[in-house]
Amino acid sequence: MAVGAFADRGADLELVGIEKRFPGFTAIENLNLTIPAGSFFALLGPSGCGKTTTLRLVAGLEEPTSGRILIGGTDVTNQKSFQRPVNTVFQSYALFPHMTVLENVAFGLRRRKIGDPVAKAHEALLLVELDHLAQRKPQQLSGGQQQRVALARAIVNRPALLLLDEPLGALDLKLRRQMQLELKTIQEEVGLTFLHVTHDQEEAMTMADTIAVMNKGRIEQMGEPQQLYELPRTAFVANFLGQSNLFTGPVVSTTSTAIAVDVSGQKIVVPLERAHRVAGEVTIGVRPEKLTLHAEEPSHDAGRNVMGPGKVIDVSFSGVSTQYLVAVPGVGTMVVFAQNMAFGPAAHVGAEVWLSWNIDHGFGLDDDPTAEPRFEADLDTKTIAQQRRSSLVTELEEA
Amino acid sequence: MAFAAFSTTTAPSTDPVARRRSPVALFLLLPGILYLVLFFLTPLVSLLLTSFQAPREFGDIGQYDYAFRWQNYVEVVTTYWPHIVRSFSYALAATFFALLISYPLAYFIGVKARKWPLLQSLMLVLVIAPFFISFLLRTLAWKQLFSDESFVVQSLKALSLLGPEAHVTGTAFSVIFGLTYNFIPFMTLPLYTTLERLDVRYLEAGNDLYASPFQVFRKVTIPLSMPGIVAGTLLTFIPAAGDYINASRDFLGGTGTQMMGNVIEANFLVLQNYPSAAALSIILMTVILVIVSIYVKRSGTEELL
Repeated sequence: MAVGAFADRGADLELVGIEKRFPGFTAIENLNLTIPAGSFFALLGPSGCGKTTTLRLVAGLEEPTSGRILIGGTDVTNQKSFQRPVNTVFQSYALFPHMTVLENVAFGLRRRKIGDPVAKAHEALLLVELDHLAQRKPQQLSGGQQQRVALARAIVNRPALLLLDEPLGALDLKLRRQMQLELKTIQEEVGLTFLHVTHDQEEAMTMADTIAVMNKGRIEQMGEPQQLYELPRTAFVANFLGQSNLFTGPVVSTTSTAIAVDVSGQKIVVPLERAHRVAGEVTIGVRPEKLTLHAEEPSHDAGRNVMGPGKVIDVSFSGVSTQYLVAVPGVGTMVVFAQNMAFGPAAHVGAEVWLSWNIDHGFGLDDDPTAEPRFEADLDTKTIAQQRRSSLVTELEEA
Repeated sequence: MAFAAFSTTTAPSTDPVARRRSPVALFLLLPGILYLVLFFLTPLVSLLLTSFQAPREFGDIGQYDYAFRWQNYVEVVTTYWPHIVRSFSYALAATFFALLISYPLAYFIGVKARKWPLLQSLMLVLVIAPFFISFLLRTLAWKQLFSDESFVVQSLKALSLLGPEAHVTGTAFSVIFGLTYNFIPFMTLPLYTTLERLDVRYLEAGNDLYASPFQVFRKVTIPLSMPGIVAGTLLTFIPAAGDYINASRDFLGGTGTQMMGNVIEANFLVLQNYPSAAALSIILMTVILVIVSIYVKRSGTEELL
């Protein structure tokens, strides 16, 4: 790292054939990744999927077992952490407790002998609106303020690449939303390359230009948030990024534009360009909010898939929408999100309903869901709320 | 004073509940207060009074009367100033060497050996193990090892690293060596307890912010382990300054290495000059108190604890 000078803009990051083995397990296997300069890139995955290890490899806090790391075209694999043009916002913030906020922010500047570190530190603190607390010690600040100091301490160095290790994990939901917006704004203002590691799929989708979903040390799918959501490639992505209704069955007929899959005797059509596999046993899916509930069997429409009849087994109201669980014999339980356009639920528990969705909304996966147990994101507030609710209901019933 | 460095509640409490004097609390404190009055305050007052005593007119050796003979202090300082200077220099040197040896040791046990708890416990036991043998015996053992006929000294002489007439015992080296050796556990243990709690994520953050390993050590590790350094140096410096075993002629010292402890011992037990001994004790105590309070204040470790 050049002493006394800032990186003038973000640099791209390239990981080539990275492998990281710890005694007893492989954290990352054969990872290839290119992050273009100036982008906001999110690595999304459950705990233990290797995303934090990836970040630590880039920061130089771990050494890869094999493979190369290039930042802005320069091979940094053999550089020590303090030599790399990279800064990290740590999950724990790791603000030095024996220094003031100002000294924390000026630390990197002083080490690189950049002129006027104090003024630059004040500037960075102004950016995160904490300049008035410059003389405090970190432990005198709230969690959200500490998080912002950690951010200021990293971006004040204008690193070519900024690494964010779940920096918003410790914040409450409201503050998290606010910080997400601030982070995004800062990233656009300073034009740095951000590599953000998170297990929060909503956070990744709202902030990142590109998301890579990681699972068990490999990247399952990479792309723009919308593309990943609407057209997941694997069952893991389909369930980790939002929820999905997945069915498996043999392909019974193929036309030039679509395939038809037999799911327990019901024919489901998926557009050909949205299916990753077009023959044999395939897994197809549809997002819960794309489904429509019908109290009577809908008339046949070539543009829609119909499934049913099924029985409503649970209705949970969440303000904006209502979630219905519909048991369809032979298919399993389907999840339906319906917008609350009218007062009161559209169907009650025990009601017989049909489900339909636009053929274009279905997707065909590259793998089978059976290989992967349905994943529930840890810390997904919605899941927790539902679990609380169901446990409360059973408790009340028992009483 | 010194103990402010070890406590977390140095700031005066403004909590009205805490300020209210509860009779129960006083009652519970009573045994402690009584103990301190009986075994600390009384001897201290007695010592202070003794230090101003004047020799009895036409009395025997060792007979003194209560007086206010402040000249005692002037006399002991003019007579024994080399011992006073030597005491604090030796203690300082021993503290320095003990810190130099203990810090890497404590760092290894507390930080590097975290992955192997068994090794950690084993090394801690080894640090404490010398305590199982009497302090006097261990010092005597060193006297044997450093004696003129010993293998060590003979070898050094054979290699011409020592002159034919040179000795090891009775030199400043052997006294400082003995002090360092004897107080290393007192230095290592407080250092270990602070370093054991050292969060290595701060070190990673330092590395990430362009600090070389040496800079991280100087700017992050040392300041964060300051409470341990202060506690360890105090636990070494204070007893080392008053030590009289190592510097004694019966152990590692000689006539030229006598420290304050030896002089106090001689005045009390041999010369029966109680006022001088008491005055020296008071001086030793005061100087230590002053040095320690300046040190604790300067190191500013209160908020780290």
